[in-house]
Amino acid sequence: MSVFDGLKFRNISSPIHEIDPRAKFIYVCVLFVTAVLFNQIIPLLFLFFLQVPLVIIAKVKREWLRLIKGSIFFAVLIFVMNVISLYFYGNYSSIAYVIEHSLAMTIRFIVLIESFSLFFLTTSPDMLGLSLEQIGVPYEFCFAFTTAIRFVPVLAEEAQIIIDAQKARGLELEGGNFIRRVKNYIPILIPLIVNAIRRSLELAEAMESRAWGASKKRTNLYVLKMKRRDYLFILLSFAMLLISIYVWMYVEIPFLYQILQI
Amino acid sequence: MIEVEDVYFTYPNGVEALRGVSLKIAEGEFVAIMGQNGAGKTTLVKHFNGLLKPTKGRVLIDGVDTKQVSVAKLSRKVGFVFQNPDHQLFSETVEDEISFALKNFGFDNKVIGERVDWALNLLGLARYRKVSPFMLSGGERKRVALASVLAWDPKILILDEPTIGQDSYQKERLRQFIIQMNHQGKTVIIVTHDIEFVVECEPRVILMSNGKVIADGEARKVLTDPDLINKSSLILPEITQVFINLNDLGFPRDVMGVYEAKRLILERLKKT
Amino acid sequence: MAIIEAEDLTYTYPFAEKSAFKNLSLRIEKGEFVLLTGPSGCGKTTLCRCLNGLIPHFYGGRLEGKLTVAGLKTTEHTIYEIAKHVGLIFQNPENQLFALTVEKDVAFGLENLGLPREEIRKRVDWALKITGTYDLKYRAPFELSGGQQQRVAIASVLAMQPEIIVLDEPTSFLDPQSAKNILEVIHQLNRDLDITIILVEHRLDLASRYADRVIVMKDGQIVLDGEPRKVFLQEETKLIGVGIPKVVRLYISLRKEGVTLNRVPLSPKEASQSIAEALTFDRG
Repeated sequence: MSVFDGLKFRNISSPIHEIDPRAKFIYVCVLFVTAVLFNQIIPLLFLFFLQVPLVIIAKVKREWLRLIKGSIFFAVLIFVMNVISLYFYGNYSSIAYVIEHSLAMTIRFIVLIESFSLFFLTTSPDMLGLSLEQIGVPYEFCFAFTTAIRFVPVLAEEAQIIIDAQKARGLELEGGNFIRRVKNYIPILIPLIVNAIRRSLELAEAMESRAWGASKKRTNLYVLKMKRRDYLFILLSFAMLLISIYVWMYVEIPFLYQILQI
Repeated sequence: MIEVEDVYFTYPNGVEALRGVSLKIAEGEFVAIMGQNGAGKTTLVKHFNGLLKPTKGRVLIDGVDTKQVSVAKLSRKVGFVFQNPDHQLFSETVEDEISFALKNFGFDNKVIGERVDWALNLLGLARYRKVSPFMLSGGERKRVALASVLAWDPKILILDEPTIGQDSYQKERLRQFIIQMNHQGKTVIIVTHDIEFVVECEPRVILMSNGKVIADGEARKVLTDPDLINKSSLILPEITQVFINLNDLGFPRDVMGVYEAKRLILERLKKT
Repeated sequence: MAIIEAEDLTYTYPFAEKSAFKNLSLRIEKGEFVLLTGPSGCGKTTLCRCLNGLIPHFYGGRLEGKLTVAGLKTTEHTIYEIAKHVGLIFQNPENQLFALTVEKDVAFGLENLGLPREEIRKRVDWALKITGTYDLKYRAPFELSGGQQQRVAIASVLAMQPEIIVLDEPTSFLDPQSAKNILEVIHQLNRDLDITIILVEHRLDLASRYADRVIVMKDGQIVLDGEPRKVFLQEETKLIGVGIPKVVRLYISLRKEGVTLNRVPLSPKEASQSIAEALTFDRG
């Protein structure tokens, strides 16, 4: 399982999967705003742990963890960069502050990754395309979106076949200086692109042959209807937003290191 | 000489494509590997040039374990023509396309020139030398792909589904071409489910199903066995179907060719 | 009245020097099962594209002459109008399925037409059942085998309930058993639903038993047109690039030796029956 599986739709049934994509999207936005609002580690940690039960309910623990693990590299990078910039160029009251602040930034990054992951793991591309359509994005774009997703595995397979075919003609992909390596990808990129273009022409033919563009008012087999639980989810998200704003404005959040008396 | 010793292969996504395959292909043989899609045919032949390495067991090409040699090195001996030429073609001219592999294998320019000339003539592509491969028709592109592999004169030639999309005339030319290559001493392996084409060639037939070899022998014996054919999603050759229906009149079952069929029927008519 | 009528049809692809076909004339009656064959490059694929309006509307180029399909002149109607009457199935099953589930793929054309949701549901189920793909309803096209994909492609065209279905080498990528199954499905559509079928095929050994009529093209011209049993017997030279079934070759070679079977066989079953009768056994 690769790290990207943490962003790919996992086709199982769970309460989170059932929630309307639009409601989930609002949740992601609220989370984004809240995460950016706070600089202190305590609220950010709170946001991090808040999502964990959602991940468990959605039964996507494994893939989600995979993504988190995969983003450790960037997390460390963010941490180190923050430490360096604070230490050398910022005002700080103590080392503990530097560490805590940098950690907080890292946690913020992870919180954002968390929420995107949860969104994509529990939302089928179909439903996503449908919700885009229903909020008014022109059908052509939604169609392009879902078709692109439909062909991702096909193109990935084709890329592998092309690589194999060229390797079988003596193409070496490893080794050599940078320029040579880039050059070596031309025999792979060109067939890939040419075939993608050919494929899209064939697709276009098939679409036209099935009355594409026949009616300005296109029917949709499925319709997304917001149910009570979707509105509830949105409501909760907004409640969280409001609470966060209140806290941010009126509550003095202590530093962790102060509490722990470091 | 290709030796496959109890090979198992599982793809990264968990699919077990080969489940204990053992066989030997001697130099100069002509072999057809057949079976339904997903039986493991293409997976098997990809082991012959090292594109895939066994998860268990081993594959030896002329005594060398494929795990110890690079794909490029093995490809010097084992030429693989993929099913879809568009997965290989990328050059500005047919000439460049054919010399691609030769350059990769380190041939010097003079030899490359000779080989390109030879390959172009062999496959009737001389007039397309400076033409872009993308401008050619489907059948012509297939020939360019074939030429670009033959150019480096591999001892072993593997063709993956060479007859798809070809009309009868093109198939006949291909058949004659394969026989010519085989007579010149090349080991030729075709992966196909085109039964009538195989019937015309009468090679050794290796039948696969579900990752295992379920039959290995003369085309005449393998392709005329209804049980085996059924297990591999193939259908019996036309003429064989006719004679199986006539079996209770005393006709043999393992008839594949029109000429032989005619002969048997005429013999029987003379008797009555 | 003919359901397809072509008069002096000439077409040249854009930027091409030679025309794909010239002065082609053709009449096809409703309910016919027509087998269209010929060597590569003879123009059969181009003709298919003309039948649903892809030529000239999608491809451009120059189309001269008259082509009327299901009462519509193709030059005067849009592709989507013609699509209600003519369905086109392509060679590569993968590139005809673009949705993430079979159900949505089969519904695609109907959604485009703006039909009410309930009607779409009904037709989708109907088309899936006829093509034997009902249990694949919620599967992703990518996971299906080639044979399954082609059947889904047929279902998605069938759902639009066209009078004519044109199929351009639909069995090219399929293994023999899947090819046989698909041809059976196509035959059923013709027999049970009276849909006019234009089938472009090289696999005459599998397809000719269903055809009322065979049309052989070469270099942009129709060179032979008639019942399969008659067409296959004609001057073999004209059939270069056309692989007539081996059982027909057997018939011909027996006839050369003075033995004429009671009819030209189009399938192994017919061949064995005729041979048995020739040996004066009663097969009933």
